[in-house]
Amino acid sequence: MEKKLEGILARYHENEGNLISILQDLESEFGYLREDAIYWISERLDVPPAKFYGIATFYAQFHLKPRGKNVITACCGTACHVKGSARLIDSLLKELKIPHGEDTSEDLKFTVEKVNCVGACSIAPVIIINKTVHGKVTSEMLMKEMKTLKAGEQQQAHSAK
Amino acid sequence: MNKVISIKVCMGTGGIAAGGVEVMSSFERACAAAGMPATVEKNCSMHKVGCRGFCARDVLVDVVINGNKATYQYIKPDMVERIVNEHLMGGAPVADWLVKDDYHTFHDKQVKVVLSDCGEVDPEDIDSYISREGYEATKKVLMTMTPREAIDVIKASGLRGRGGAGFPTAVKWDMAIKAPGPTKYLICNADEGDPGAFMDRSVVEGNPHAVLEGMIIGAYAIGAPYGYVYIRAEYPLAVERLRLAIKQARERGFLGKNILGKGFDFMIKVKLGAGAFVCGEETALIASIEGKRGQPRAKPPFPVQKGLWGYPTIINNVETLANVPYIMRKGAAWYAGMGTEKSKGTKVFALTGKILNSGLIEVPMGIPLREIIYDIGGGIEGGRKLKAVQTGGPSGGCIPAGMVDTPVDYESLGKVGSIMGSGGMVVLDETDCMVNMAKYFLEFTKSESCGKCVPCRVGTKRLLEILTRITEGKGRKGDIDLLETLSSDVKTSSLCGLGQTAPNPILSTIKYYRDEYEAHINEKRCPAGVCKDLLTYSIIEAACTGCTACARVCPVSAITGERKKPHVINQDLCIKCGACFDKCRFKAIKKG
Repeated sequence: MEKKLEGILARYHENEGNLISILQDLESEFGYLREDAIYWISERLDVPPAKFYGIATFYAQFHLKPRGKNVITACCGTACHVKGSARLIDSLLKELKIPHGEDTSEDLKFTVEKVNCVGACSIAPVIIINKTVHGKVTSEMLMKEMKTLKAGEQQQAHSAK
Repeated sequence: MNKVISIKVCMGTGGIAAGGVEVMSSFERACAAAGMPATVEKNCSMHKVGCRGFCARDVLVDVVINGNKATYQYIKPDMVERIVNEHLMGGAPVADWLVKDDYHTFHDKQVKVVLSDCGEVDPEDIDSYISREGYEATKKVLMTMTPREAIDVIKASGLRGRGGAGFPTAVKWDMAIKAPGPTKYLICNADEGDPGAFMDRSVVEGNPHAVLEGMIIGAYAIGAPYGYVYIRAEYPLAVERLRLAIKQARERGFLGKNILGKGFDFMIKVKLGAGAFVCGEETALIASIEGKRGQPRAKPPFPVQKGLWGYPTIINNVETLANVPYIMRKGAAWYAGMGTEKSKGTKVFALTGKILNSGLIEVPMGIPLREIIYDIGGGIEGGRKLKAVQTGGPSGGCIPAGMVDTPVDYESLGKVGSIMGSGGMVVLDETDCMVNMAKYFLEFTKSESCGKCVPCRVGTKRLLEILTRITEGKGRKGDIDLLETLSSDVKTSSLCGLGQTAPNPILSTIKYYRDEYEAHINEKRCPAGVCKDLLTYSIIEAACTGCTACARVCPVSAITGERKKPHVINQDLCIKCGACFDKCRFKAIKKG
C-alpha cells in the first residue's frame, strides 16, 4: 500500500493538488477511504486527519466504508424520479438484502448508491450497473438484471470452493 | 465513385448508452469490407428525433454524401451493413429508417446558438471546430478590440448569466476589469448540480472549444491570466473531452503565454467536483477549489472583490461562456435582435419528464411555454393531460397547465412564482403528485445543505419532516400554514442561495395545488395515486384471469393464487413497487 500512497503524494506535489484531489486519488485507488491511508498521508503532510475527514464527510463522492463488488448506481434526478425511480430503488434494496440505512449488502457483494443526476434524462429512469448505463428501466428489466448478477456471484462462490 | 462521405454518430453519454460505440465500429467494419473511403467521426448530435428524445431514439446517425445529409434514427449495429450497401454504395437511403416529419417539427421553433455546432463538430478534434469558424472570435477580439471594447460588445448584446440568476454578464466583467492587481481568475462553473439538467454536460461533451473560446475572450476582457473549469466528477466523458480540448488549444497557441502574439497570457486548469450540489454556489465553489469543505460565506465581499485565494474572481456558467464566441462573431445587434426587451438571446433547456419529445432544445427567450410543450415537445406522452411544468430545479417552482401561455423569460417566470434556473424543464401530468414533488425537492436540498447556517440546516430538515408526514397520511390541521411560515423564514434568513430558494417548490405547489395538500391532510388521500402509504394495490377478482404474470414479477412474492383462478396480494408483504400493476394485461390490478 505504501508504494501507492507515495505515488499519490508525489502527484499531489507535482500538480499543486489540494486535499480533495488526494482523497479522490485514494478513493479511486482503494475503492474507499482507508483509515490507515489517511493517517499515513496526514503524517507526511503534517495536516491533522480531522481535516481530511471534514472534507471526506462533506462530499458525496467519498466513502468511508468498503463498497460492494457490484455497484448499482440509481439516478435520483427529477426526470428519473417522475418516471418512477423511487419504486425501482425500493425493490433493489429489498432484492439485494441491503440493511436499512446502509448502502452495501453485508456480504460486500452489492452496493446500491443513489446519485443526484447522471444527466441522461431523456432515457429516464436510469440505472447504472457496474458502469453500464441502462435507460428506460422497468421493474421487470431490473429484477432480471439482479437475478443474473446474483446468479453470477453464486457461481463464482461455487467455483471458488 | 469519388464521393466525399462522412458519417456522424451520436456519441454523447446518451448516445453511448444506446450503443453508439458499437454502431460506430459496425460502420468501420462495413465500410472497410466494402472498400469505401469514409471518415467515421465522433460527434455529439443534439438533434432530437421525435418520441422520447435523442437518446431515447437509440443511435442517431447522419450520413452526409457530398454535402447532402440524411439522418437515421434507432440505428442498431446489425442495421449498419444495409445502410452501407444500399445508401453509401448504392446511393439510395434506406427510407424506412430515416427520421420522419416529427424530427423536423421538433426543430422548427428552435434557434440554435450555443448548440449550433453540437452535432456538427467532432468535439475531440480542434480542426473540426476551426473549420466552422472556430477561434475566429478569439482572433477578432484579441487583434481588433481592447478589453474595454470587448466588454462593451457583451453589454450591447444583453447577455445575462445562464446559470440561473440572470445577472448581466457585462456588469460582472466590468467590475472585474476595474479590480486592482495583475492576479485575477476566471472560473467556468460546470458543476451543473440541478437534477434533471444536462445542458452544460451536452455543451462540454459536444463542443468544448466554444466554452474555451468564451473563457479566453472573457479572461482577455477582465485581465485574468488564470482560469479554472470546475466540473462535476459525475460527467467523466465531458471531463475527458475538456482536458483534450485544452491540450489541443494549447498546442495551437490559443492558450498559454503570449496568445496570438498579443502579450496576453491565459492558462486553464480543470478541477473536479466531488459530489456536492452547494458547490455550484460561487463562494462554495471557490472554497472547494481551495481544497476545503464547500461551505459558502457571506457576501459582500463578492468574489470579484475577494475571490479565489483572495484575488478578484469572476465565475461564469458554461452556457454563458459558450454564447460569447458567437456574439463576437456575429455581433451584439444580432444577438440582441433575439428574445425580449430584458431577456436577450436564446436559452438551452433540458425538456424531460412526461413529454413526448424529450431532449435538449434551444429557443429564443420569450417563446410561449405552450409552443415548447406542444409544438417542440409534441405534447404529453400516453395521451394524458399536462398538469404542470417545473422549471429551475430545486430552486424553482411549477407553472400550472392553465398558465401555459406564459412567455419563457426571466421576468415572466418570476411573476408566476418560478425562476428560469439553469434550464431544467420537467413536464408533469395527472399521474404526478405535487406534494410528492415538493417532498422530492426538499429531500434533495436538505441532504445537500452544507450545515453552516441554522435556517437552512434546521429549516430544510423540518420542512421535509412536515412534508413526509403529509405524504404518509399523518398530516395535521395547520400544517399548510406552518409550511408557509417556515418557508418564509428559511428564505429570508439563509446564508446562501441554496437555503434562500429551497422552499420555492413548496410555496409554488401550495399556491397552485392547495387542494392536493388538503386531500392528503384531511382525507388521507393522494389524488394522483403516487404517495405509497396512501395507496393500496389490490386485485379485482372479477377481472383477474389467473395468468400468474403478476406473481412472477413480484419481487417479494406477495401475490398468491392458483393458475386460472383469481390471485390475491398479501398487503403485509406488498412493498408497493407497482411491478404487478405495470405487468397486468387485463387491468385487473387496482391502485388506490
